[in-house]
Amino acid sequence: MIEARDLTKSYGGKLAVDHLSFTVQPGLVTGFLGPNGAGKSTTMRLILGLDRPQSGTATIDGKRYADLPSPLRTVGALLEAKSVHSGRSARNHLLFLAQSQGLPASRADEVLDLVGLSEVAGKRAGTFSLGMSQRLGIAAAMLGEPRVLLLDEPVNGLDPEGVLWIRNLMKYLAGQGKTILVSSHLMNEMAVTADHLIVIGRGQLIADATTAEVIARSSEQAVRVRTPDPARLTELITAEGGQASAGQAAGDGGAPVLLVTGMPAPRIGELAASGSVVLHELSPQLASLEEAFMELTAGSLEFGQHGGGPGTGPQPGGPGPAGAPPGGAPPGSPYPASAGSPAGAPGRSAR
Amino acid sequence: MTAAQASPAGTVTAPETSPPKRAGFGRLMLSEWTKIRSVRSTVWSLILFVVVSIGFTVLFTALTEANWNAGNDAATRNATIVADPVNFIMGAGLGLGQLTICVLGALLITTEYSTGVIRSSLLAVPRRIPMLAAKAAVFAVLILVAAEIVCFAAFLTGSAILHAHAPVSLGDPNVTRAVIGSGLYLTVVALLALAIGAIIRHTAGAISTVIGVILVVPILTGLLPGTVGKHINAYLPAQAGTLIGQAHRHADDLLSPWQGFGVLCIWAAVLLGVAVYLLKRRDA
Repeated sequence: MIEARDLTKSYGGKLAVDHLSFTVQPGLVTGFLGPNGAGKSTTMRLILGLDRPQSGTATIDGKRYADLPSPLRTVGALLEAKSVHSGRSARNHLLFLAQSQGLPASRADEVLDLVGLSEVAGKRAGTFSLGMSQRLGIAAAMLGEPRVLLLDEPVNGLDPEGVLWIRNLMKYLAGQGKTILVSSHLMNEMAVTADHLIVIGRGQLIADATTAEVIARSSEQAVRVRTPDPARLTELITAEGGQASAGQAAGDGGAPVLLVTGMPAPRIGELAASGSVVLHELSPQLASLEEAFMELTAGSLEFGQHGGGPGTGPQPGGPGPAGAPPGGAPPGSPYPASAGSPAGAPGRSAR
Repeated sequence: MTAAQASPAGTVTAPETSPPKRAGFGRLMLSEWTKIRSVRSTVWSLILFVVVSIGFTVLFTALTEANWNAGNDAATRNATIVADPVNFIMGAGLGLGQLTICVLGALLITTEYSTGVIRSSLLAVPRRIPMLAAKAAVFAVLILVAAEIVCFAAFLTGSAILHAHAPVSLGDPNVTRAVIGSGLYLTVVALLALAIGAIIRHTAGAISTVIGVILVVPILTGLLPGTVGKHINAYLPAQAGTLIGQAHRHADDLLSPWQGFGVLCIWAAVLLGVAVYLLKRRDA
């Protein structure tokens, strides 16, 4: 279990982490989300004792990091910044870490095998690709078979196979009761990996809830309907107080698409049945984590210096197909209004 | 002490499942040894140290021997050499050779910062004092061994070359102490460079500072007039430390050989103390 209590850190007068408190529970993959500069890496550095907080404490299983007797046997960390000598071989890098923890040298070979770097164990780390460096970092994190893992952007630079591997590894380790805190910019990746989310913006806590809650709480939910008779169905829905707007055509020559808000899917089905309207599709649309995240962090910006930025709350008539607020991102938002999902996933993804 | 003895009287506590012991200093040294031997700069610096030290000892002593009677001031110069030949031999090549191990000492810690290894190091050993102490200890042992070998090799070749005009042997009074002491000097001055590297953290800045302290500052203080300059000069790390290479105290020296070495040790200890303080204070 990781506990942050009232952590505060500023660099040169600029507040990076602002009275941040949260708890990371064992047995779950906890996602750590926030825009660039929100303080995610700084928070991890504070937990790991690399930086000194101005105030507050961070403990791992009740102990400060510096008080852990053999820290790598308790905590494995993958930092975003490079932490390997380019002239030293992968094996020697892991070997000196293993020796410092009283671990046998064979443990270095085991983790190299685990991450698939055995063949390049003797090569200098400076020759590694981004993906290989990332695997070496993960090998170092796994070296002491830790029960707590802090991973800062672990899928950075990994190919799809590597991403899947990391995702499964984290889930497997969480299943074994380990505590896992993983930061990522890939929000959709978090949607399928994380059980719990801690969202921060400007160093402050924005949300600390299960992934499902964060998504559900954030956006008004829409229902996607396909019918050959959209005019008739729109009539029925408006009469009942719902709102329907023409959705993006599927482009497959099928029936037109309607996006309905203010009415749950079962009610739409009942209305269609009572009015003898044929439905080809009736699917509730959940906000993607990305949208939820943008709404949450845009909110945090509004309470900051950008007071009263363009509204990013629920859009009347349902969100546009790209899921971007019409007013665009608030000024200073790190995410432009046109930002698509990194993985190329649709703005709204069905569950 | 067993777990039962450690528990408070009257209470029986279940033994924790193999609590990992605090990192013993031995394994920290083993770890630092792996670090230092697994980068090329160590090997290259040590090769340069041997080549430069012995090469320049041979060069300077051979040139002196070849031009023994040349020049108008030959008599006074020769008198100094004959009065303390071991001091002349030790000063011939090691003055330049010391720069290679000083660079290595600074690099040892500055490359941890430039490559980011310092983060790995501090994650593995979050306590700053043991981390720096293990590094310094391993480096000191490595340099001590290399420096003693180089010092004896330099003395033997140098004395062989000068034999005709300024005979000296290890059996002469204080000569063995001067040779061993020169190896000690090199070790401590290398530690001083390590401390400066840990304080400055940037390779170029640290190396410039080390060279400045060893080579440039003595020249500048030498320009100061009167006894002020002389006193400051005498207590500078390199000036004081190299006195250990003398067979006997020279008439105009303010410090004895061992006093001079002590002054150097104080410099190194203070700078290492500053380095530890800053390492604890600063973000990695």
